[in-house]
Amino acid sequence: MAERKLVDARGSFCPGPLMELIAAMKMVQVGDELEVLSTDKGSANDIPEWIHKVKHEHVETREDRGVWHIVVKKTK
Amino acid sequence: MSNRISIMVVSGTREKLQMAAMVASVGAVSGNDVRVFLSMNALPFFIKGAGKHAPAEGEVGTLLDARHAPRFEDLFRQAVELGDARIFPCSMAMDLLELKQEALLPYLGEAMGLTKFLSDADEGQVWSF
Repeated sequence: MAERKLVDARGSFCPGPLMELIAAMKMVQVGDELEVLSTDKGSANDIPEWIHKVKHEHVETREDRGVWHIVVKKTK
Repeated sequence: MSNRISIMVVSGTREKLQMAAMVASVGAVSGNDVRVFLSMNALPFFIKGAGKHAPAEGEVGTLLDARHAPRFEDLFRQAVELGDARIFPCSMAMDLLELKQEALLPYLGEAMGLTKFLSDADEGQVWSF
């Protein structure tokens, strides 16, 4: 059963949220989802770019009161 | 097929070390073949237990510390651990500083000469900081 794991990178600056996501990505199974919380707007743009480049699945990005939630599905 | 990114780091200032580490880490985790060459004033920051603080050149460098940006040492280590980057100390700088390999942080590779680094850098992007 696929799971969704939270990666709380609030307060971290570029490229901290991306690096935290990648470290977490290594710990989960293919098919699992990771939800990154970031207060860094640059990372909200950069993380989907990375997801696209390395061919994982970008599920969604949304902003809620200054916190970006970027959801990615591990595909490989 | 991955692209090669060769990064030469010679500065000992906070901003340049930070930017070099950002390029190395993001480049490596994005599937590129990243090679870093550490020389001149950059190398002393990679000595075990040195605890050196890189001085800021200007306002942004000061803010990197004040706002708790990721440490450049951690970003370089993550480039190796998460993205298989390779970081080589310059053999000339090691001679000048009278350093042995075991004095350097464990994620650094074997000492390399400039000729080899430049030869390997023939393909792909080259950055210097």
